[in-house]
Amino acid sequence: MTKLPNHNRRSFLKIAAATGGGLMLGFNWTESEAATPTVLVNAASAAPGVDFNSYLSINPQGVITILSPNPEVGQGIKTAFPIIVAEELDADWKNVVVEQAPLDTKKFERQVAGGSGSIPHSWKRLRVAGATARHMLIEAAAKRWSVSAADCATQKGFVTHAASKRKLSYGELANDAAQIPVPADVKLKEIKDFSLIGQTIKNVDNPKILTGKPLFGLDFHREGMLIGMLQRPAFGYKIKSVDSAAAKAMPGILHVVTINNSVAVVGKSTWQVKKAKDALKIEWEKDGNLESTADHNRIFKEMLDSSNTTVRRKDGDVETAFKNAAKVVKAEYQCPFLPHNPLEPMNFFAHVKEDSAELAGPSQTPEAARNQAAKLLGFPPEKVTLELTRMGGGFGRRLNTDFAIEAVQVSKAVNAPVKVMWTREDDMTGGIYRPAVRYRFEAALDDKGTLIGYKLRGASINAGNATREDNFPSGAVENLLIDSIDHKSPITTGPWRAPITNFLAFAEQAFLDEVAHAAGKDPVQFRLELLDKAKQKPTGKITYDIDRMRGVIELAAEKSGWGKNKNVAQGFSVYFSHRSYVAQVGEVVMEKGKPVLKKVYSAADCGVVINQSGAQQQVRGCIVDGIGHAMYGNITFKDGIPDQKNFNEYRLIRMNEVPEIEVHFVKNEIDPTGLGEPSLPPAGAAVANAIFKATGKRLYNQPFVTTEVFKGVS
Amino acid sequence: MALYKLLINGKSYQTEAEADTPLLWVLRDHLGLYGTKYGCGIAQCGACTVHLNGEATRSCMLPVSAVGASKVTTIEGLSKNGDHPVQKAWDAVDVAQCGYCQAGQIMTAAALLKRKPNPTDAEIEATMSGNLCRCGTYHRIKEAVKVAAKTK
Repeated sequence: MTKLPNHNRRSFLKIAAATGGGLMLGFNWTESEAATPTVLVNAASAAPGVDFNSYLSINPQGVITILSPNPEVGQGIKTAFPIIVAEELDADWKNVVVEQAPLDTKKFERQVAGGSGSIPHSWKRLRVAGATARHMLIEAAAKRWSVSAADCATQKGFVTHAASKRKLSYGELANDAAQIPVPADVKLKEIKDFSLIGQTIKNVDNPKILTGKPLFGLDFHREGMLIGMLQRPAFGYKIKSVDSAAAKAMPGILHVVTINNSVAVVGKSTWQVKKAKDALKIEWEKDGNLESTADHNRIFKEMLDSSNTTVRRKDGDVETAFKNAAKVVKAEYQCPFLPHNPLEPMNFFAHVKEDSAELAGPSQTPEAARNQAAKLLGFPPEKVTLELTRMGGGFGRRLNTDFAIEAVQVSKAVNAPVKVMWTREDDMTGGIYRPAVRYRFEAALDDKGTLIGYKLRGASINAGNATREDNFPSGAVENLLIDSIDHKSPITTGPWRAPITNFLAFAEQAFLDEVAHAAGKDPVQFRLELLDKAKQKPTGKITYDIDRMRGVIELAAEKSGWGKNKNVAQGFSVYFSHRSYVAQVGEVVMEKGKPVLKKVYSAADCGVVINQSGAQQQVRGCIVDGIGHAMYGNITFKDGIPDQKNFNEYRLIRMNEVPEIEVHFVKNEIDPTGLGEPSLPPAGAAVANAIFKATGKRLYNQPFVTTEVFKGVS
Repeated sequence: MALYKLLINGKSYQTEAEADTPLLWVLRDHLGLYGTKYGCGIAQCGACTVHLNGEATRSCMLPVSAVGASKVTTIEGLSKNGDHPVQKAWDAVDVAQCGYCQAGQIMTAAALLKRKPNPTDAEIEATMSGNLCRCGTYHRIKEAVKVAAKTK
């Protein structure tokens, strides 16, 4: 059994008598080091404001409820959290329900869906909560039977006593268990004894999703609620004049108001508001640079040749290494801006009253939305409530709070409850886009094909540092220089699923493939040699686990039969991001002279897999996402105005375009390390490297579909 | 504004709306049937798919004035207890990630299976490729259609 560290006795666990009977364990979700429970037995602790921040309750009927603070965006957190609790509790999965907590900063920290961080953050806490409740149920049963707790066991929602063949259900024991002191230490299960974690468990919201029950922000409704839409400026513009006469005269329209640099139309129903918004006559004027994609292409070249860069990492002597090189490989890679395009467009509900406000909607960062709303309104934060709705995707777009703040502004301006919704066109053209980036890579090889020098320069538009200077192959090359340069643009950007690495991984892994070929080495072998070097003779700081990276490389190579099947062209890629390791092999065949992607093999090491169903979805979804955007994703600009406005102009991957995907996980007992993003970054290069193998042509720019290789392919 | 009588999920509804109001917004705004989703408004994503006399139809571009006496079925009315073979298959295969597009996917699949009880892979792809899933659940959608075809 794993014994918990006992070095911090802050209040991790507290107990409260639950109203309506049963056992209610309050536990602190946020204290990172505080894994040790302390005792507190009185009903007063359940009062608002006490510093436990989540709970696990067992009612006398045996229903086990946990309160989940994290927003559900399709990452499956609402299913994964209770699995962990139920495992350590030895609960019957059928009796476990999870409740979505509203935003409550008194009780929670990190009510965030982002960074693939929810499971790593909560893993220990949830296990301890479950194990503590189990311990107390055993104690309660032992007391009732007058036997030693050591002679009792648990099984699927029952405490059993083998010698006397007695058993009691958790529900029957819940009231008694509430009187047991919370243990200072609990033993957690050995990972090999898990019976629920690692199984295939279905999405807990399936019954509602599959029957069309209102779940999402766009489904949120309040009596008397109005609908609002805004006409926002394109990038680099401000309002010169507004003629809203026609819009105001249209049926169902109650208000047209200018808010900052946008015009809001508010009315009774969506369609009426949409038509009135389309009838607005707004004259815009220049308020900054009006940038076009052609400008960006020029700016990228200037930045890459600039001497005004920021050095991010420097090891050894790069200049000498390149001077002495037998061979130098140089390549540049560019990607466009990308909108997130969650299928549920941005929306938020706000009802601003005299001294309080009610908010509801889909947010990956509800706390930030609430705090900004409170600040804007001049209210104390506790006067602003925020209800979390299930999100129809996010991909990072809902980390931003602009759409929630807009709803607050509109509700305040018209003094009514309002749901602001964005049309698809609003969503695509009013983006917080994935930044456009161009990289220049240079590699120096000696006469044995050893990588002796490595240079990476990241040039970006609104990305800050577009490199990840300590990622592989840093640490494996003696002479290395990584620098970056950024252009400030009026085009707004922000995190997009696997920020920066969603394209950096493609560029780096495509480049390493090119370098491996130049060195006359097998791409897998080439990477393994670099890892050997990093292990045996590391240069500078290494932030990735060499053995785990090697593990996924070897698993992907094994499962794909790397290099063995001569009828397909294979491409290799591996990347470490968001604490997890993923290697992928793409397989391409030529059909009618054109490359067709047939299959992707994936090998991931994310530590312990909580739910096979959810984990497989995250890997497949990431690969589909990665391939789709590498192939087709493209938003371009003309004088600050996006050229693509809806799905007729912006191509998302569809069913007939996805390859078969085979998913494997490294089996180990490492604490879970995140899975919402790490399978996306390597996907593009697995495909591009396979296309090179099939066609002899390198892909340097995304989207691939606009490149010569795909000419004539629909 | 005109008064429209609609037959939805076997029930009669009456609502006032402008003639060009898409059925999608009548369902959601006027009748409180939120299961049918908005995704693009131009019939490109399929999130708004309903059945019109049994045929899969994009409700975001269908004016309420064109519905007439047609029988409308939405995700809420596909089955009484959420146990239509397609819904059961979607649960068994555990298709949904965020879940937003799935009502439209299910309605498209149900109409396909009514028309073609045993579709080939190519037929499934040809039909289901009209529906976007931003989470990328396409593999499971395909599998679930096949499961539903077998379990009817």
